[in-house]
Amino acid sequence: MEIEKFYYDNKTVKWFGYAVMFWGIVGMLAGLWAAIAMYYPALNLGLPATTFGRMRPVHTNAVVFAFVGNGIFMGVYYSLQRLCKTRMFSDTLSKIHFWGWQLIIVAGAITLWAGKTTGKEYAELEWPIDIAIAVVWIIFGINLFGTIIRRRESHIYVAIWFYIATWVTVAMLHIVNSIELPVSMWKSYSWYAGVQDALVQWWYGHNAVAFFLTTPYLGLMYYFLPKAANRPIYSYRLSIIHFWALIFIYIWAGPHHLLYTALPDWAQSLGVVFSIMLIAPSWGGMLNGLFTLRGAWDKVKEDPVLKFLVVAITCYGMATLEGPLLSLKSVNTISHFTDWTIAHVHIGALGWNGFLTFGVLYWLIPRMWNTTLYSKKLAGTHFWIGTIGIVLYAIPLYWAGFTQSMMWKNFTEEGQLRFQFLETVTHIIPMYVTRSIGGALYLSGALLMVYNLRKTIAKGNFIANEAAEAAPLPKKIPTHGKTYWHRWIERRPMQMLVFSLIAVAIGGMIELIPTFLVKSNIPTISSVKPYTPLELHGRDIYIREGCYLCHSQMVRPFRDEVARYGEYSKAGEFVYDHPFQWGSKRTGPDLARVGGKYPDSWHYNHMLDPTSMSPGSIMPSYVWLMDHELDTSRTGAMIRAMRKLGVPYPDGYAADQAGKDLARQEAVIDSSLRADKIQAGRNKEIVALIAYLQRLGKDIKEAPKEQTASK
Amino acid sequence: MSAIILLLIASLSVAVVFLGAFIWSVKHHQFDDGFSPPRRILFDDPPVENIPDQSINKK
Repeated sequence: MEIEKFYYDNKTVKWFGYAVMFWGIVGMLAGLWAAIAMYYPALNLGLPATTFGRMRPVHTNAVVFAFVGNGIFMGVYYSLQRLCKTRMFSDTLSKIHFWGWQLIIVAGAITLWAGKTTGKEYAELEWPIDIAIAVVWIIFGINLFGTIIRRRESHIYVAIWFYIATWVTVAMLHIVNSIELPVSMWKSYSWYAGVQDALVQWWYGHNAVAFFLTTPYLGLMYYFLPKAANRPIYSYRLSIIHFWALIFIYIWAGPHHLLYTALPDWAQSLGVVFSIMLIAPSWGGMLNGLFTLRGAWDKVKEDPVLKFLVVAITCYGMATLEGPLLSLKSVNTISHFTDWTIAHVHIGALGWNGFLTFGVLYWLIPRMWNTTLYSKKLAGTHFWIGTIGIVLYAIPLYWAGFTQSMMWKNFTEEGQLRFQFLETVTHIIPMYVTRSIGGALYLSGALLMVYNLRKTIAKGNFIANEAAEAAPLPKKIPTHGKTYWHRWIERRPMQMLVFSLIAVAIGGMIELIPTFLVKSNIPTISSVKPYTPLELHGRDIYIREGCYLCHSQMVRPFRDEVARYGEYSKAGEFVYDHPFQWGSKRTGPDLARVGGKYPDSWHYNHMLDPTSMSPGSIMPSYVWLMDHELDTSRTGAMIRAMRKLGVPYPDGYAADQAGKDLARQEAVIDSSLRADKIQAGRNKEIVALIAYLQRLGKDIKEAPKEQTASK
Repeated sequence: MSAIILLLIASLSVAVVFLGAFIWSVKHHQFDDGFSPPRRILFDDPPVENIPDQSINKK
């Protein structure tokens, strides 16, 4: 058979590799900034852009989509060519993919800093960027499948399956969760409201972890671990089972993010069951990775690449055991809304994603530059600094999360809550400090790596086009005896794509459709009314400043939460919430029932200087809300958009009446502030925010009154 | 509650199909040649030097 000669494209891999290092440092810096801001809020420098509520999405987007995203593409572009024995499908598409993705990241960072956000965690980027992501993702897909189709190796190695599942599922998740109605160039409202929005969002959020942070990196593990250890994967069969089981089960587990919330119970139970089931394939994969090193542990002692990979795989195992345990309702009662969750995700992020990326970089770069690593010792130092960093990061947060939860739930013998919310916060500040030291260590380790790799690059010669040879794929593949379905499918990437999509879509649809269709899931509460125009503006400000990143709006049906915040939240309260703002973390207290709890002047003073109202508070000052004037030119468009989404404002309300109502409500709040000797100026943003905060949870409080009145 | 029953039926039947396919494939020696693919990836390293007409023997 004729042997064909061809070249692998290393240039694209190189660019993605540079991007990984650059965005990794940027993302970790943003994370460190946010971590320090949690005990030193003055770090915001009095600027909106550098305040926690905006730095946190910058951090999460940078590390997830920029650092890990570029890590996926680096690893895929390197391994796919070699596994398929062909060059990438199109150099032009590779280039568009690379620059398109970097442009999205830059646009994302700028808009997030500017406060342009959808207010949905991990999907904060606004609609024009959402469209750009979809376009670039499709370009990546064409390149991916084009390469697979043109392959010279008939067998599709397990890593490629993971890449295929990643592409298909992320495309679906991104599109479904990003359905939103644009109000202006940089503002949109989620198509879904309240409970539905929450379900879709956490279906997305959970599966972003599954199919953006896990499956592509498992693909990388199945390629780079055997290569680095120079021995085949422990069990190839196990890897096949791992793949199928994982893609099928993962998609169902999303509701475990919404336990004890207003989500229907059956959906919660379903999420829990599938989460527990996930332990099996996840641990199968972890053991498959670790057992690959059987008889080669002496190499781990020597080779920094293997050290990083071993810790990465171990962290994958830890996080995928902890995740299902956290999704048990009894454990979730304690862990949810606390720093425990943050510790959990960072075992995955710092350990699994971070260390695997570092391992791959240390392995790839010397090879592509045809040289050896500049300093093995320095890489070893990075390994130890990074590992200690992870430990110092996670343990204090586990401690903080558990402690705070126990304090929240503590009652005196007389049946009173023992601790004020603020006491539970100030108590864990030392843990926050230690956490930031752990993060700083991890970041300095990454900086060592950048230095080490820069030196490696300096002493090597880059091979832009790497020569290789292989026989072309025969037209008809000879089969030995009977063919089996699995054999058939693994030679057909397009069919494989369709089957994966069907498997994943069935999971998603069965879970979503009933909630949409079954009206009884969201009992309507007659006293729940749409927001007034001023409140709607306030809500936009609430979203813009990222308040939901520290304050939940979801009172769970527990004794302590009802005692602390009031009546537990009902599904029907959120029917006009586009998007929902339940939150996932209580760095500050829940706000679902904050309306009417304090006078307007309290909110004004509190936003100006939180410590003046709550001494010891770690909330930053939002002084700019007192200066910025409310952009009332948007009112009409906002109301019209909400009407399109089904919020029952009267006909023609947007044209004239909305503006009048807005001015009237401003005047009421202004006069109440004046009564407390505060000259706010009625057209300031703070007035709108106060209007929104004072509305929260009020509708349901008025429900019983209405009933008695009607009797 | 009809929704959860629907869900259980749907999810269990799909799970059963997958389990059945797995048992079937194991019984039919489906993964017997799972030996070569994991090894093959180790030996396809291209030449480290970029000499245009250097030939390597594979397979």
